[in-house]
Amino acid sequence: MSLKFGRLSKSSILGVKTVIYSKLISGGIIGCGIAGLAVALNESVKASDLTLHPPKYPWYHRQGFFNTLDMASVRRGYQVYKQICAACHSMRFVAYRELVNNTHTEEEAKAEAAEILVTDGPDETGKMFQRPGKLSDRFPNPYPNEEAARAANNGAYPPDLSYIVLARHGGEDYVFSLLTGYTDAPAGITVDDGQYFNPYFPGGLISMAQALYNDVVVYDDGTPASASQLAKDVCNFLKWTGEPNYNERMLRVMRIIIYGSAIFLACWYGKRHAWSVLKSRKIMFREKKTVD
Amino acid sequence: MAGFMSTTYNLLFKRTSTTIFTIFVGALLCERTVDYSTQAVFDHINRGKQWKDIKHNYEK
Repeated sequence: MSLKFGRLSKSSILGVKTVIYSKLISGGIIGCGIAGLAVALNESVKASDLTLHPPKYPWYHRQGFFNTLDMASVRRGYQVYKQICAACHSMRFVAYRELVNNTHTEEEAKAEAAEILVTDGPDETGKMFQRPGKLSDRFPNPYPNEEAARAANNGAYPPDLSYIVLARHGGEDYVFSLLTGYTDAPAGITVDDGQYFNPYFPGGLISMAQALYNDVVVYDDGTPASASQLAKDVCNFLKWTGEPNYNERMLRVMRIIIYGSAIFLACWYGKRHAWSVLKSRKIMFREKKTVD
Repeated sequence: MAGFMSTTYNLLFKRTSTTIFTIFVGALLCERTVDYSTQAVFDHINRGKQWKDIKHNYEK
């Protein structure tokens, strides 16, 4: 009596045909090629514009994977914003309470808020009145509306700075380069009245005059106030107003990596455990004995 | 190792009630450990940069 055993391969159990694999692979290669060509064409179009792209600066918060913002710099940046930028730019999404325990103590933040006048009301006679600011107030707007802002600035609207670092290509690198990048216009470019040449600004002609010069601010903490120091501090401040949860997020990243890898290992082990029976089984069959 | 495993099993995982208890206490201890240690590492990496490092300059 002769017994014949046949063995089925894993791929034939699962019913996957090799032909389908090769079709998928060739399809994938062609697809990647087309996508790559599209990306290359798109990039070459971008490279034709004449905007000067900002270099990557060594910000403290970028030097390490878990680095926070430099909060001492953010505090100085608030001073620069208040004394210089706030003359034209609003920050209507930032409130004084956000300074508390981030850059200022509660008393200091209350004192900062009390420096502004806020229109409140109506009172019991129906009239609006002015009162000193409170912690819950937002940063003051230098102009009552956009039209007034345009009228005061040759038709150019000074953008709200709350989220400006997130809203511009290049982020804080761009803002820093813009603030420190004012130069004389090269030959052949005419600069009209109320315009200034800045190679980092798209188009090159910007309606904002250079605002930061050496020692235009006297820092509370005694840091030498060079123009680049002022620009660095105000960029850190704008980064913080755009992402006030940045520091917390960096801590979360660390915890997510630890918890995430534990969950990944558990899932990986569970999958191997569940499939171990299926993966290691062999299917045998006995050939039917034929009658001679 | 085998002795340790069987002791653990007999003490902690044999009954459903002790298993649940082990899971709850284990989760609590694990979370406290991870939170405290990541906070310590984070503070060490960013020493001198956070508000709590500079606030003594401004508090009276």
